[in-house]
Amino acid sequence: MTPERRRFLGWGAAAAAGAAAVTTLAPGLRLVELARARSPDEAASALQRWGLLIDTAKCSDCDACVSACREENGWTGHDRPATDAQWIRKVSLRDRRSGFAQTLPLMCQHCEHPPCVDVCPTGASFRRADGIVLVDKHICIGCRYCVMACPFGARSFVHEPTTGQKPDVPRGKGTVESCTLCVQRVDRGERPACVEACNRDGHGAMAFGDLNNAAGDLGRRLRSEPSSALRADLKLNPGVRYQSL
Amino acid sequence: MRLAFAIIAALLAIAGDAHTGGTHAGRVPLPAMKAERGESCVAPAEEMRRNHMKMLFHQRDETVHEGIRTKRFSLKQCVDCHASRKTGSVLGEKGFCASCHAYAAVKIDCFECHTPMRSTQAAGAPR
Repeated sequence: MTPERRRFLGWGAAAAAGAAAVTTLAPGLRLVELARARSPDEAASALQRWGLLIDTAKCSDCDACVSACREENGWTGHDRPATDAQWIRKVSLRDRRSGFAQTLPLMCQHCEHPPCVDVCPTGASFRRADGIVLVDKHICIGCRYCVMACPFGARSFVHEPTTGQKPDVPRGKGTVESCTLCVQRVDRGERPACVEACNRDGHGAMAFGDLNNAAGDLGRRLRSEPSSALRADLKLNPGVRYQSL
Repeated sequence: MRLAFAIIAALLAIAGDAHTGGTHAGRVPLPAMKAERGESCVAPAEEMRRNHMKMLFHQRDETVHEGIRTKRFSLKQCVDCHASRKTGSVLGEKGFCASCHAYAAVKIDCFECHTPMRSTQAAGAPR
């Protein structure tokens, strides 16, 4: 590379950094992270990793998160619990010796190393740059390997023809689906419906945020308070963390 | 006998006229292509007829995999403009998508998963 060319490229990089109005320490390392909502034409970025922090001590017997999810994403049952889709469910735990009971919401854990993505034969199951694990239903063939592979039982298969879907949440017979972390809301800069409902009802058991942003609410809490991952032994590094478990 | 032939001939001629005239081209009724909302589409009609599927195909991968949600080539935006005022849908006998696809004998499976209803109506549609 000639010196002229190098200098020219340097100017270009400086101009780009200036245009983005972000303090650049080194290429790819920025002081001020993206706190603003993405514009619709901007791709999801690996600078963020979206996640949830769920405090089971604050989680009561209600199912506001489940009904909010059902309302937002339009998954409805046919009164057939064995086959009905279930994006999020309440799980009750009871210590046999002490009798201590607790309840927690369980959904796709948005793993960093998702087994569902590993086993998908078509590439339909994928992890978006910002850590959200999704199914591309355009290429899902409905083999259900991912349903088998998920250690959390988070995925469902759509057995029946669907009608009345939400415009942002297409879902149809013969494909697998699961919690999308309300990707349509996240893309608009909003919180997932479950988190919204939990906080609206005053429980405050669920928090949503960027796991990569150490200065954000979620990052600060994860650094200062104890939290754990479900099935930490599998080393999947889930994006959903639990407290008081 | 000659009169009978004349009547049959006349009837055939009338039937033939009705067949070729008005909303019919050949044996199949022409599709009801009515843009319900807005002045013009995202591209000229000729291009849309040929290439709308390519635009949707390109956009769908960007949206699902990268989260790019621009409205210009999104299926949701197609439906919002083209859904019938009466039924709120792009399907049905005179639906924008369904009638033309029936005419061209091309099966669409977009609406196996996506709602064919305009978003304002879809929100309150019975489930």
